[in-house]
Amino acid sequence: MKTILLKDVAALIPDGASVMIGGFMGVGTPERLIDELVRQGKKNLTVIANDNALPGIGIGKLISAGAVKKTIASHIGLNPETQKKMLAGELEVDLVPQGTLIERIRAGGFGLGGVLTPTGVGTVVETGKQRIEVGGKPYLLETALRADFALVDAFLADYIGNLYYALTARNFNPVIAMAADTVIVEAENIVPVGVISPDNVMTPAPVVDYIISHA
Amino acid sequence: MDAQTIIAKRIAQELRDGMLVNLGIGIPTLVSKFVPQGMHVYFQSENGLLGTGAPADGMHHPLLTDAGGKPVSALPGACTFDSATSFGLIRGGHLDMTVLGALQVDATGLLANWMIPGKMVPGMGGAMDLVSGAKRVIVAMQHTAKGQPKIVKRCSLPLTSVRPVDLLVTELAVIGFPGGRATLLETAPGVTVGQVREATEAELAVSERVCTMALQRIAA
Repeated sequence: MKTILLKDVAALIPDGASVMIGGFMGVGTPERLIDELVRQGKKNLTVIANDNALPGIGIGKLISAGAVKKTIASHIGLNPETQKKMLAGELEVDLVPQGTLIERIRAGGFGLGGVLTPTGVGTVVETGKQRIEVGGKPYLLETALRADFALVDAFLADYIGNLYYALTARNFNPVIAMAADTVIVEAENIVPVGVISPDNVMTPAPVVDYIISHA
Repeated sequence: MDAQTIIAKRIAQELRDGMLVNLGIGIPTLVSKFVPQGMHVYFQSENGLLGTGAPADGMHHPLLTDAGGKPVSALPGACTFDSATSFGLIRGGHLDMTVLGALQVDATGLLANWMIPGKMVPGMGGAMDLVSGAKRVIVAMQHTAKGQPKIVKRCSLPLTSVRPVDLLVTELAVIGFPGGRATLLETAPGVTVGQVREATEAELAVSERVCTMALQRIAA
């Protein structure tokens, strides 16, 4: 794990990269990192996240800035700009049931090829997917998802990269932290090793690549 | 009493002590206001909280919200978790009841509530998982939209799940689906069976024990 300046870490993410971003309606989203990606004028990103937040908040800023080519999300209903760009053909949107999306990401981070879920059987979500019966019950085979980068928002990070999340800001964060080639953390507080007790570490340090410096 | 209050009060009668319940946004959220006194119900927010309550004035925290991003509180005994655990609770058979809004419900109890192709594509969020996984699915919706029936012969909109809902509550009626057939169980005070049928496109059987909603049992 390395500490890194905000502008330097954003520069590591090339145009066209796939990025998983933590947060649920902007809660638990690394806002400073998003702002820097917008400032550096990133283009053609594929953003994998629960939702697109609102214009002016979290991922909504990337959408408004035209930084996103494709988004894989469960809900875009509160971001009218995503809807507008999607209907105009400027933004590709892949809608995935929320429980399926997080399990696909979990599978990607846990070394699995995919998961079998009953969600979506018999609906448009089934289109193009394999249906598998187990014990007489139908399931859809949903394949694993990984990304080039995970942009994680933590409440506490210690000096070696152990992470702790607070309240409902946890959501997708610990799951995406397992499922990307490079894991970047924006922490509200950076604390000495030991402040987060072993039982309270939610993401273990070895999976974290960069912590954005508070300097 | 307005339509939303009638619906929320009636659904609150379906709550039982100790239940784990997920409420969708809109009318379903109002159900939590009418939990009978002395009953403890665990409300889940699918963004990662079990034990959702209303925050006291001035006690809002930006990292403690419901699935719509609105500030909430965590009641004594609450816990927080990541999204994988949240949907494990939902899909894994741990959720006793979910209350959801709807665009259409058909004669067999199938639900469409996540998109109007070409017009409104908000995404399904957690709705498909909730309908697939909850032990009991209750729909809370106004009986008609702009005068058009929402209880239809067959959903024209994309389905949320092939699992039928268990109960449908509107400001006019309570409808169940025994044997896969829409059946009128209760009418709202002052509403006749004929009025309910008139506002319903789907064929509606009438239960032998059809009665009036007993809304006065709930003190609000």
